[in-house]
Amino acid sequence: MKTPSEIFEILKNEFGEEVILGYHDELPVDLYIEVHPLSIHKVAKFLRDNEELKFDVLMLLSGVDDANGKKSKDENGYDVIEGGTLSVYYHLDSMQLKHKVVLRVATPRENPEVESVEKIWRAADWHEREAYDMFGIKFLNHHDLRRILMPDDWGERYPLRKDYHDPEYYNGMKVPY
Amino acid sequence: MGLLDKEFTDRNIVITKTEDLLNWARLSSLWQLTFGLACCAIEMMATSASHYDFDRFGVIPRPSPRQADVIIVSGTVTLKMASRVKRLYEQMPDPKYVISMGSCSNSGGPYWNYGYHVLKGVDRVIPVDVYVPGCPPRPEALLEGLLKLQEKIRHEKLAKQTA
Repeated sequence: MKTPSEIFEILKNEFGEEVILGYHDELPVDLYIEVHPLSIHKVAKFLRDNEELKFDVLMLLSGVDDANGKKSKDENGYDVIEGGTLSVYYHLDSMQLKHKVVLRVATPRENPEVESVEKIWRAADWHEREAYDMFGIKFLNHHDLRRILMPDDWGERYPLRKDYHDPEYYNGMKVPY
Repeated sequence: MGLLDKEFTDRNIVITKTEDLLNWARLSSLWQLTFGLACCAIEMMATSASHYDFDRFGVIPRPSPRQADVIIVSGTVTLKMASRVKRLYEQMPDPKYVISMGSCSNSGGPYWNYGYHVLKGVDRVIPVDVYVPGCPPRPEALLEGLLKLQEKIRHEKLAKQTA
């Protein structure tokens, strides 16, 4: 059984500071380890296979809009956010060693790309599709990155982004109340 | 109801209008299209079950729209589902009726403002005969809605209405 700070030290020794970007322990949120988005699959494989860690369960993979870019309004009065990041959080659990850890990757809002961990934990397949559906985060090397909930013809709209607004019409149906 | 309630013991003949007979036949066997979308569907199933017994009004769930007379839209109609609701409605043979059950299907309900995925009322895609309010409506409310629909059918006219 390892604490998140011990896991952070193990990862930093293995991958270095270019990949393992930091350790955050500000309360009241879960402690988390910040990882580079294009290396998360290597870190994930290590976490799963290492004898001391054995993270065999991906409990949760969720997208978050950090909304930390420049906020403004467009000509119709809708919110617009430029710059900043979208993030993905990974909640991992080890059934065998009974310890947990949270990873975070942050990726630029304009071109959000994260390596997929779908081949490491099969549970990530649909979770990544949901994060793609709701936030537009592209998971590289995902075998089937389609929308999972919204209709396929929904277009380039990602409903859980903080600057989302309803379209006036969808397939001839009025959307706002 | 009330039309053929006397037995033919002494070779009585019942005289009625064709209109009344047809309306009575239609309203007494409203076969419903099984169409549950959300929590309202649980109440609809409870209404069909033995305690409330939808069957005593002639309501029998049918798995195919081609055998159904009434569609009870019970639950949240998402934008993705809306085109399917419309397709199913179009597949039903005339005369066909729609009961909109619950707040979501009536007006979008709790999703009326912030639901990015919800159609704000099923009447935006198909014509609704009876709206049943509630979130979800109790089986009694759905029964009341059905009785209202029966009342509506009872007073239908066969002849084309002229202004």
